[in-house]
Amino acid sequence: MTFFLEVLIGGLLSGVLYALVALGFVLIFKASGVFNFAQGAMVFFAALTFVGFTEVLPGWTGLEPGSGGVFWLAFALALASMIVLGIATEKVVLRPLVNQPPITLFMATIGLTFFVEGLAQAIWGANARGLSLGISDEPVMWILDDFDIIISKFDLIAAGIALVLFVVLALLFQYTRVGRALRAVADDHQAALSVGIPLKHIWAIVWGVAGFVALIAGLIWGSRNGVQFALTFTALKALPVLILGGFTSVPGAIIGGLIIGASEKLAEIYIGPFVGGGIESWFPYVLAMFFLLVRPEGLFGEKHIDRV
Amino acid sequence: MMMNDMAQEAVAAGGGRKIGEVILDLQNISLRFGGVKALTDISFDVRKHEIRAIIGPNGAGKSSMLNVINGVYHPQEGRIVFHGEERKEMEPYMAASQGIARTFQNIALFKGMSVLDNIMTGRHMKMNAGLLSHMLYFGRAQKEEIEHRKKVEEVIDFLEIQSIRKTPVGRLPYGLQKRVELARALAADPDLLLLDEPMAGMNVEEKQDMCRFILDVNDQFGTTIVLIEHDMGVVMDISDRVVVLDYGKKIGDGTPDEVKSNPEVIAAYLGTSH
Amino acid sequence: MLYREAGQFKASYQEDAQIFPIRQDRVGFIALLAFFFVVVPMIANQYWLQAILTPVLIFSLAALGLNILTGYAGQLSLGSAAFMAVGAFATYNFMLRIDGIPFLVAVVLGGLCAAGVGILFGLPSLRIKGFYLAVATLAAQFFIVWVLVKFPWFSNYSSSGVITAQEINILGFAFNTPETKYLLTLLVVTVLALAAKNMVRSTTGRKWMAVRDMDVAAEVIGIRLMRTKLQAFAVSSFYCGVAGALYAYTYLGTVEPEGFNLDLSFKILFMIIIGGVGSILGSFLGAAFIVLLPVFLNIFLHSFVGAALPPGFGSNLELMIFGGLIIFFLIVEPHGMARLWQIGKEKLRLWPFPH
Ligand SMILES: Nc1ncnc2c1ncn2[C@@H]1O[C@H](COP(=O)(O)OP(=O)(O)OP(=O)(O)O)[C@@H](O)[C@H]1O
Ligand SMILES: [Mg+2]
Repeated sequence: MTFFLEVLIGGLLSGVLYALVALGFVLIFKASGVFNFAQGAMVFFAALTFVGFTEVLPGWTGLEPGSGGVFWLAFALALASMIVLGIATEKVVLRPLVNQPPITLFMATIGLTFFVEGLAQAIWGANARGLSLGISDEPVMWILDDFDIIISKFDLIAAGIALVLFVVLALLFQYTRVGRALRAVADDHQAALSVGIPLKHIWAIVWGVAGFVALIAGLIWGSRNGVQFALTFTALKALPVLILGGFTSVPGAIIGGLIIGASEKLAEIYIGPFVGGGIESWFPYVLAMFFLLVRPEGLFGEKHIDRV
Repeated sequence: MMMNDMAQEAVAAGGGRKIGEVILDLQNISLRFGGVKALTDISFDVRKHEIRAIIGPNGAGKSSMLNVINGVYHPQEGRIVFHGEERKEMEPYMAASQGIARTFQNIALFKGMSVLDNIMTGRHMKMNAGLLSHMLYFGRAQKEEIEHRKKVEEVIDFLEIQSIRKTPVGRLPYGLQKRVELARALAADPDLLLLDEPMAGMNVEEKQDMCRFILDVNDQFGTTIVLIEHDMGVVMDISDRVVVLDYGKKIGDGTPDEVKSNPEVIAAYLGTSH
Repeated sequence: MLYREAGQFKASYQEDAQIFPIRQDRVGFIALLAFFFVVVPMIANQYWLQAILTPVLIFSLAALGLNILTGYAGQLSLGSAAFMAVGAFATYNFMLRIDGIPFLVAVVLGGLCAAGVGILFGLPSLRIKGFYLAVATLAAQFFIVWVLVKFPWFSNYSSSGVITAQEINILGFAFNTPETKYLLTLLVVTVLALAAKNMVRSTTGRKWMAVRDMDVAAEVIGIRLMRTKLQAFAVSSFYCGVAGALYAYTYLGTVEPEGFNLDLSFKILFMIIIGGVGSILGSFLGAAFIVLLPVFLNIFLHSFVGAALPPGFGSNLELMIFGGLIIFFLIVEPHGMARLWQIGKEKLRLWPFPH
């Protein structure tokens, strides 16, 4: 039983990370109707850029390697890079394609994925690197003592950070002018335009925010598994998350992430041994596929009948 | 020459304006989308060879009615009897195979294809060659292709669109696209033709052409037609009987003259722009 | 010879519906075939035959498969490489387990296995479209590769699923040189490309395109969506499967499941985007482009920039160029190189009077 709980909790915690990547997808999809396949590549780009800056900054500035100054400066520079990348994408890729069918935009973001991955590695090199946030990856002692369950401190803090991020974003959308405008845009592009909401600004802001979310996800993930190309594959698992949760729902992204995270870990432990293991690589996708067969509109979506 | 052939066929098939027995009977149809009641308890029938118009203000449920007839929407309640058979669990392709064809309010042509291919697609149900035969493009596949091309050319002549055969439909002006859509529907040799606002957005001359085509189809091939149209003049001119819908309910049914003098209909139309 | 159609009148619908209605195109096509069947094997060296022409042909076939599904039937797939893997491994097993089975029969059976698997993974397309479907095809991509790795039976218990293609022998003639392998590949690809062209100009293709362009309207004129979509999945996967078999037998000789990864699927997708979505010719142009680009890029980098580059820079530059080109083509010419070629031809047709 404790073992089951450990697996479940571990899965849920990694699900938080999927949810974090999925959140970036949802933000962009809501605001601009673009299914941004490159969100995973953006996570990779963010993590690599951050690590890259922590490596070069001491040489440039004379700051102590590994010091807080380097960390925050690298964070600021990586964030700035993400915002520039987001805005550039919006301007160069999406604006010229604005009235194209969604599938064209989707393919464009696949192109973007390759471009961003290539760019990140061309600038910072392709070798895998470690990333330390200074949080140790050890069991939380009091939980181990009281409940006999091993839960990593790192995972807990990571989940906490993600939670804060979700809450902050939710509050921003609910209570700020930009947030309200964004929700209006998500409901109806044409209507939003006609009441004078500057769509282009909104899009730029959203891509910036998505870049920020990607950076947070990249940092947490990078420090868990190292910063390497494989990160982009892990990030791909945000896609089945979206299928479960729906493309437009933030709570959906969170719940979908948790379901995918927990179920793939449980499946790996309890089904994996019978079929040779390694089923984590496909389990989320197959789960999503069956889910689609049963409920094509997603967990929270409404059934939709095409109008003719 | 070809027109004559077709006309003769039509006469042989019982053409001419002889209105016959009921071929489509709609009984107590109700359709909802979530909370929206698109149609409430609607009953009416359509007789062979007639032109039956459906009119009503925007959002009255006219398009939904057509969608129910050819199986795109599934009403929650009601019975549909076509050719004497009650239909259950209707899918659009089944309606097509029973001889129902239609055009759409918002043009629904196959944009990536030429006019000719669009119309040829309309005939696909009469073509039986299999995949392998198509791969080889030999024997049956080729024979069918040529045979049906002839039929399609007749439709093209009939609707006077010879000069745009090979044009991708996306490049055509709106009025011509509507005509190609009609051609695609006609290519299937339908018994029942559903037209959703075939003249919307056309200028007077185009409207006249379209009216002529509709009347000719009805007259020469004996095709039964259900027509949605906002232009009252047109409706009164060409239809045999009219159904009036308002907010998903039927408020009038009868000959154009009867409908015109129906107080409920007049009330529904007062204050609307039609 | 001038490129003109003046004076060529179509006297029958049969003539009008030919693959190449213009005589010059017909002649050109035959000349092209003659060139690739006769001249190329005589003049090309081993490197070109083995490392360039054969893979270009094989990728063209895979791209053709994806184009049937995505370009003609409008169903996006990110799993083409997995269907290639099914074709390769199935062919291998037919060769291995059925004594004396003719190679081409094994290839066709391999393709049919891929078609079956394609139908299975095409089932979600009945309920979902667009990127939802794309995600479902990712399931095929990851699942199939995993199965081939984890169940050693498929690779006859070799380590990590590597298979080594048996020798190809057709009617007593061994296809074991780059020339013969190239010719065999060319033959198979030519036949299947012509078959594809025939399909797309007949009712089969029109139904696919109807479903692609407007599915509701297609259904209303009596097209059965389910059957049509699954048929597209089957045919497409058959083409990919045969391409996979050739990939193993006439190109690489040894393959492993991991070789048919997501990257390869993306490459095939890029081929059709750059070559031309919904174009047979485009599949060939795109495949040639994607195979040749890295080759030329390498030559260019080595001779002009040389050793000054960090290791791996070339492959990253490649990623960027691929990605950039995809975006460029989608923005500037969504119909790809095939459309550019067509526009060129139209211009020539009217030349020297441009209007
Ligand atoms: N697929 C659908 N999903 C949800 N609601 C629908 C759908 N189709 C129609 N409706 C609703 O049903 C009602 C009737 O619509 P319908 O299109 O049938 O009207 P109409 O009489 O054709 O109007 P118009 O003259 O504008 O074409 C409307 O309130 C519409 O919003
Ligand atoms: Mg309507």
